Amino acid sequence: MTSAAIRPVSRALRRNLTAHGFLIGAVLCFACFSWYPMVREVIMSFQRQKAGRTSWAGLHNLRQVVNDPSFWPAWRNTAEFTALALLLGFALPFAVAVVMNELRHARGYLRVLVYLPVMLPPVSALLLFKYLYNPEYGLFDHVLALLHLPTSGWLQSPDMAMFAVVIASTWMNMGSATLIYLAALQGIPGELYEAAELDGAGLLRRVWHVTIPQTGSILSLMLMLQIVATMQVFVEPFVLTNGGQGVDGSTTTVVYLIYQYAFNFSNYGAACALGLLLLLVLAGFSAVYVRIDRRLER
Amino acid sequence: MRRSAALLIAATLSLTAAACSSSSSSNSTAAADSSGGGGKVTVSIDCAPPSSRPTQRQQWADDIAGFEKLHPNVTVKSIDTFPCETPELFTAALKGGTEANVFYTYFTDKQQVLDAGRAADITPYVTAGNLPVKDDILPSVWNSVRSGGKTYALPRTNYTMGMIINRRLFQQAGLNPDQPPQSWADVETDAKKIAALGNGIAGYGDYSAGNNGGWHFTAEMDAQGAAMVSPDGTKAAFDNAQGLAVLQNLHRLRFDDGVMGTTQLYKWGDLQKQMAAGKLGMYIAAPDDITYLVQSLGAHYEDFGMGPIPGPNGPGAGSLAGGDDYMFNRKDTPAQITAGVQLVSYLWLTEGQGQSFDYARSKASGQAVGLPEPQLFQGATAAEDTRLKTADATMPVQAFAPFVSANVPGVTEPANAQAIYKILDTAMASVLTDAKADPQKLLDTASSQVDEILANAQ
Repeated sequence: MTSAAIRPVSRALRRNLTAHGFLIGAVLCFACFSWYPMVREVIMSFQRQKAGRTSWAGLHNLRQVVNDPSFWPAWRNTAEFTALALLLGFALPFAVAVVMNELRHARGYLRVLVYLPVMLPPVSALLLFKYLYNPEYGLFDHVLALLHLPTSGWLQSPDMAMFAVVIASTWMNMGSATLIYLAALQGIPGELYEAAELDGAGLLRRVWHVTIPQTGSILSLMLMLQIVATMQVFVEPFVLTNGGQGVDGSTTTVVYLIYQYAFNFSNYGAACALGLLLLLVLAGFSAVYVRIDRRLER
Repeated sequence: MRRSAALLIAATLSLTAAACSSSSSSNSTAAADSSGGGGKVTVSIDCAPPSSRPTQRQQWADDIAGFEKLHPNVTVKSIDTFPCETPELFTAALKGGTEANVFYTYFTDKQQVLDAGRAADITPYVTAGNLPVKDDILPSVWNSVRSGGKTYALPRTNYTMGMIINRRLFQQAGLNPDQPPQSWADVETDAKKIAALGNGIAGYGDYSAGNNGGWHFTAEMDAQGAAMVSPDGTKAAFDNAQGLAVLQNLHRLRFDDGVMGTTQLYKWGDLQKQMAAGKLGMYIAAPDDITYLVQSLGAHYEDFGMGPIPGPNGPGAGSLAGGDDYMFNRKDTPAQITAGVQLVSYLWLTEGQGQSFDYARSKASGQAVGLPEPQLFQGATAAEDTRLKTADATMPVQAFAPFVSANVPGVTEPANAQAIYKILDTAMASVLTDAKADPQKLLDTASSQVDEILANAQ
């Protein structure tokens, strides 16, 4: 290579040195704590360890997790949590954001109120709910009894346990989603609402024809993020049902099963295989999202 | 300016990386030093008491100093950890190979450590010279630290389970606290009288979450004299009359007698809080739970007593045993293993000295003396232990006499214990929360699920 050819390369390197300097931290962090563990997870999914020797196990780990009696119930429970959490955790913050956007008074106060639960450490918030759900001295059953309504076993009932987990989870997490929706709502030009009002549109029609189309991209992004987040549910059932299983395994989730394999059964191969399955499912959802998003952009 | 900032960030990262690498290299340096010449040996040991327990920490430091004086060529590097083992951290450390030269484990971790290939075979080092009480350690305890005829650890403590009773509640209910229940029929009778005291007091409590329900199901099966799995470990063996009796006993106490309160899904730590608060009459546990009740929850030793784990017609036929030990890092040099065996012997396995058996020092520093554990020895060492313990007892040891005199033999945990416990948690949770639960159906389901787990584990 001639010196004339080297000069532009070294100039480009010098010019980008600052950018590379700033990038290196993030790249190192992602490489060490995200990409490397992900690659290791894939490798370990096909390995097993016996007497200090690691050997290739083919599909043994995958077969082991699929044949686990808790495998399908865990997926079913995870899907149930995701569906319920979306129903409550997706729609409720949006509705609250719409109402808050319409309010003219006490906006700051209400925003703090809605966001406050997010600032509580999750375990503290869940312990609070565990207390509220207690069948002997919990507030919820006490109120139901005062109203002469049938009390519920909440976390001790296989039919109600997952619903109870979703209520706690929604209360804990809806603050962030509400503020994001509120920001999106406030970005909608006021003229659109004025025009709709002049056309005689009421509140519901304004929401349907102005608000939802104008916040479509945020809504679809939040939907995707919530699916990914809710399918990884772990802390809520782990704390609320004192270990994650619940009565009749009603709150056993996929990530809880991964935790059991890794830290209670010391079976990293099976834990990684199940983690890989979850990764593939979530990647599938992400692919669908990207496709829909591209179509919307067109 | 921007370039300077970028260079600063890069330099910081380099320094961080260097710091990380220097910490790992210092470990290897320590290992090299300890195996090096001059007869000098450095041996690291974990589970030293944390600074939040100053008395125990000082006693540990005194013991280490005493050991180093006896063995001037050995330098002990103490690593404080509390609790001594957190399963998540332990498995991660095992995976990363960052254990100390002498590292703490539960008996039940043995297979995990062996599978990970992290334990050294210490058989040739366990000699009467290095471990004078070698021949007086109970055979069942040795079995817990051996595999394939090789010794991989030295025991630290050992226990069997019994029934802890709240003596104060027994007295209030008109029961004799010196006669704790012997059979499940006795448990039912006593629990009814205690629960009748009202004020939210439960007569009996049991676990049903966090894999602890399955753990206690196993303990109660052992007391029935029945095994959890077939002798070859490939099939569940609890779907029988004894297994049914375990679930029926609990269902009856919970729903027919109403002596267990409404709240369930308890795991370790929950019943202890109730017991310490005087809201629970009895529960099945190991003797060291009493230490926890007093030292961590502010209860008083004189309020508790202990009887045997109940069986169908009297004390149980067997009692689930457990304990902990020190294993030795596979990377240890022969000199480190020798020093480690002598160190564990000095700290944990010598009558009249060290962490467990210096009863006079424990009494002088206000610590508890008199609990019926550790149950490590037989023969002359056991007799000497009883004599020394009684001489310095700080609690009414008579309260534990029913547990000690029943002398229920210990039974070790089954292989794949945690996976089995997880399945049995479901059965325990159902019988304690569902009045219409069908114990036989629950057993059938659990049995077929454990069969699948065991087949998968092959």
